[in-house]
Amino acid sequence: MSRDLSSPREVLDGDDVARALTRMAHEVVERNKGASDLVVLGIPKRGVPLARRLAERITAVEGVEVPVGAIDPTMYRDDLRLRPARALEPTDIPAGGVDDKTVVLVDDVLFSGRTIRAALTALDDIGRPRTVRLVVLVDRGHRQLPIRADHVGKNIPTAMHETVRVLLSDIDGQDAVLLGSTGAETEAEAAP
Amino acid sequence: MIRHLLSTADLSRDDATLVLDTAEEMAGLTEGRSVKKLPALRGRTVVNLFFEDSTRTRTSFELAAKRLSADVVNFSAKGSSLSKGESLKDTALTLEAMGADGVVVRHSASGAPYRLATSGWINANVLNAGDGTHEHPTQALLDAFTLRRHLGELAGRHVVIVGDVLHGRVARSNVLLLATLGARVTLVAPPTLLPMGVEQWPCTVSYDLDAVLPDADAVMMLRVQRERMHDAYFPSAREYSRRYGLDARRFARLADDAVVLHPGPMNRGMEITADVADSDRSVIVEQVTNGVYVRMAVLYLMLAGAANDGARDERRSERDEVGGAANDGARDERRSERDQADPSAQEETT
Repeated sequence: MSRDLSSPREVLDGDDVARALTRMAHEVVERNKGASDLVVLGIPKRGVPLARRLAERITAVEGVEVPVGAIDPTMYRDDLRLRPARALEPTDIPAGGVDDKTVVLVDDVLFSGRTIRAALTALDDIGRPRTVRLVVLVDRGHRQLPIRADHVGKNIPTAMHETVRVLLSDIDGQDAVLLGSTGAETEAEAAP
Repeated sequence: MIRHLLSTADLSRDDATLVLDTAEEMAGLTEGRSVKKLPALRGRTVVNLFFEDSTRTRTSFELAAKRLSADVVNFSAKGSSLSKGESLKDTALTLEAMGADGVVVRHSASGAPYRLATSGWINANVLNAGDGTHEHPTQALLDAFTLRRHLGELAGRHVVIVGDVLHGRVARSNVLLLATLGARVTLVAPPTLLPMGVEQWPCTVSYDLDAVLPDADAVMMLRVQRERMHDAYFPSAREYSRRYGLDARRFARLADDAVVLHPGPMNRGMEITADVADSDRSVIVEQVTNGVYVRMAVLYLMLAGAANDGARDERRSERDEVGGAANDGARDERRSERDQADPSAQEETT
């Protein structure tokens, strides 16, 4: 994995990531006409810290606590049977549930759309939100399903062989988005 | 992850931790949910093959498999061909013909699950649900899960296991698993109820319950299996419970945060008194709940992914080389039918 990213190019630095999140927080509030009934759910791994940051920014703008949680779509994936069983990541639904709420799904990279499809199915078993919106830090294109994001931090046109890697200080020690170029199968492609 | 769960000795520390972590997620995904159903094993068939009576283990496995959306078939000894003298091999071939993906087996003979897993009769993953006086791995996993929830990491913790180690498969599985997880285990039992070779187990042995209790983080009381013993292992039930039973007096010797476990079913008044069994530091009912989570975790890790199919293909080809061509012809056909069936099942979900 690290070998594949031997010469990655930084397309967003820490300040860019922060600005994109602030803008998207404002967009979410504007679209929702306030912060009432919002539930922000991150998709592991890196969607979870992004969701927390987004919620903090919404709180800073609107002055209300926004429930934050995590939703792991692993068991709902369409490729579950194509690979060895994967370890599950935590799912953490805020106490108020999602019924009749506006759920904001947050992920780091939007690629094929299959993860989001799985997350939507997972959400079905938890409750019935009034609306579901999607926030992603990076949209790299190459959708395989009719899914789009409501709020995008940065659109990065990519080729299939390229890799997009999001680094977050909570997990990786720094904030950045890296664009790598290799022919080999990479993490981003392995988990679209 | 391992292909068959036959013994806790087969689990590395990483494997065991993965099972316990996955069980934790299973708990989070089903506790307090109105829809207690996950799709991970949709289209898979799990067979409960119970040659010995067991209500709680079979029900627990059944519930776990159903919560993961598997199809569950129960075979029990009573009222089936198993009681009509069918051999293990013929039963296995029947299950194979029905397309079982996982077989949960309980048998009175130690080693029956191992035979089933290694004989080449079936391609399914085998899960040992208790074999003779050998092992009961999922019980040990659920005990470890329960202990971890109360004590945190088990490394360095001291677990005392009291009772019939000779006939109890729970003790062996627990000793092996707890040792793998880094816990210290002390077995307490009358010398007559300890198996040969116990000195080579990764644990210490004591005959004095009062002496080891103050230093214990958890006490696991084993059932005195009346149906297995013919009254020759100790002088009387009364003497046993006086020397090895957990009563209020002994309970008071335990540290304040120590917990009491029992795999069930309990003989109240024999190995454990009612007031101890019902105390708030007894986690016996919780063990039952946790059993479902742990079995969900094991079934998910063994059956949900592709390693399962890959391993099957390998075994299939191994068998093709080993097996005689004549009697394998029919099976080959069946096999190819299944090969065709499998991809279609995948397409359905993609």
